[in-house]
Amino acid sequence: MTDESGRFLERERFSVLFDLLRERGYHLVGPRIRDGAIVYGELPGPEDLPVGVRDLQGPGSYRLAPGDSGRHFAWANGPQALKPLLFSPRETLWDSRREADGSLSFSTPDTPSRPLAVIGVRACDLSALELQDRHFGKAPFPDPFYAARRRDLFLVAVDCSHPAETCFCASTGDGPDARSGFDLALGEIDEGFLVRPGSVKGRDLLRDLPLSSSDPVMEETLSNQTERARIFQQRTLPSQNLRGALAGRPDHPHWNSLATRCLSCGNCTSVCPTCFCFSEHEDPSLDGLSSQHVRQWDSCFTPGHSYIHPAPLRGETRFRYRQWLTHKLDYWHDQYGRSGCVGCGRCVSWCPVGIDFTADLPILLEEPDGR
Amino acid sequence: MDGNPHLPRPAVVRDRIEETPTVITLRLEPEGGPPIPFPFRPGQFNMVGVFGVGEVPLSIVSDPSDTDFFDHTVRIVGRVTEAMARLVPGDRLTIRGPFGNGWPMEEARGRDIVLVSGGLGCAPLVSVVNYVARRREDFGSLTVLHGVKNPGDLFWKERLSRLNALEGTRVFLSSDAGGPGWEGAVGPVTDLIGNIPLTPRTTAKICGPEPMMLATVKKLLAQGIPESELWISLERNMQCAAGFCGHCQLGEMFVCRSGPVFRYAKIKNRLGIQGL
Repeated sequence: MTDESGRFLERERFSVLFDLLRERGYHLVGPRIRDGAIVYGELPGPEDLPVGVRDLQGPGSYRLAPGDSGRHFAWANGPQALKPLLFSPRETLWDSRREADGSLSFSTPDTPSRPLAVIGVRACDLSALELQDRHFGKAPFPDPFYAARRRDLFLVAVDCSHPAETCFCASTGDGPDARSGFDLALGEIDEGFLVRPGSVKGRDLLRDLPLSSSDPVMEETLSNQTERARIFQQRTLPSQNLRGALAGRPDHPHWNSLATRCLSCGNCTSVCPTCFCFSEHEDPSLDGLSSQHVRQWDSCFTPGHSYIHPAPLRGETRFRYRQWLTHKLDYWHDQYGRSGCVGCGRCVSWCPVGIDFTADLPILLEEPDGR
Repeated sequence: MDGNPHLPRPAVVRDRIEETPTVITLRLEPEGGPPIPFPFRPGQFNMVGVFGVGEVPLSIVSDPSDTDFFDHTVRIVGRVTEAMARLVPGDRLTIRGPFGNGWPMEEARGRDIVLVSGGLGCAPLVSVVNYVARRREDFGSLTVLHGVKNPGDLFWKERLSRLNALEGTRVFLSSDAGGPGWEGAVGPVTDLIGNIPLTPRTTAKICGPEPMMLATVKKLLAQGIPESELWISLERNMQCAAGFCGHCQLGEMFVCRSGPVFRYAKIKNRLGIQGL
């Protein structure tokens, strides 16, 4: 029976968490292997998690390989954050109908309201979620589509034990362990999980889990493991607050150097868990009677992003890269009170030419003549 | 889902005026839907859409006290505005708005107002002209400096000359290129600034291409107008108009929300930088 003071969940009983969430009406989503990468998908049970694989990441590189760990979370984040689960890559904002007399009417499409439980969320993505909350939750009219999905979300976090070579959450202050923004957090050790609640919902569910007492060795193992995950990370940012530092040097020659490598493809903005830009367009039906007003993820690397007749304001790649990085690390502080980077390293791994901005940043922060 | 605050409302085209071969003014009467959030402020904009084609941000040029229609002056430059050009009275458009902050007209009460505009950049300022003309006694002198590229680009000729006849109101025109019958000055609009009387009570509102606005600021500052009395209206790619889609960002600002009107002193660090 459940030990009241216990917080240890044996690996063999991990599936109970899944059952309890399902009983509470949640649709379960978690990390799955698809197309050679770990991405979110339907997650029926623990056996569907990517056990026995490891990820090899580097600038411009992501590979899965067989791993020798029997753990459920012995790998780092794949390309997908929580972002697409809440801020849909493409969705209809309203439907328009034109009647025979030319009159127009509008309606809002239904948003799927089935509550979602996400299992295996990492600390970087919890920080990113909090930033997306600040953006899409802005008064006086919070984004209703985002809000509807966000409201019923149940988040089961996992402390990162196997960061990727591209990770730098320790430097941004966002990981590797989950600190806030979750309902339940799991610390994985060989024997199972040390569980801690982060919300009222989480505490309620915790009561029904078949937990037993953890012993001090387990606790120490977990904290040592988190410390190792922190030390493992080699990449760093020069500061968590670069407000004014990049905006103050728009003419730095190194922007040109970045532009000679950057393909302006927008991969970095797609995988970035905090990038929020979208474009809107009409998608009319063939019969001409109705039209959908659609929004779709956009990127500051596209020419259309800054288009004003007769040309884009940021016509050259150097301006687009400068916009992206300056916004992320500098303007974000004024907009939402902190840096827009959570150290997940996805933009490094998923850049097709392997641009690693953590290596470029010190150069951008130096005076151009090397002083 | 809770109500969708971003839904558009239908509007009927009541009037269509061809100002020049490439500029039209549409009078739009909202049809049904929740009441329009009047009064809006001069300088605010609507997202105006053509069914099945798309939306564009358009400055409102009609007066806030005309509560049953919006006037929008549109330059025909792209896919959506070309579709607007084909509309005739009775056709429908969609409207979302008004959005943005608008010009600080309360702050300008009792002041001498100088408006400097270039090209169709004058649309946000036309709202100020209309506003002041209708409340003439609330404001000091009104000086309008308006520049165009070619004489043929000038519209509202009659309205401008009617305005010039109002007491305490002067209109000066200039064209980069001269031409037959052109009675205004020839040269950049900034050359007109030397001719106008500036007082300690002067407040200036500027709208047009960024280089023109910066040149205007420079001249006005040189003539002793304090930086805090210079206001400008910016043009950006606005799509959601609610500060979410990210297209209109200038530095830390979402121009659709914290603009399009800014005190020059607040954004001067973000102006004159190529590709920002």
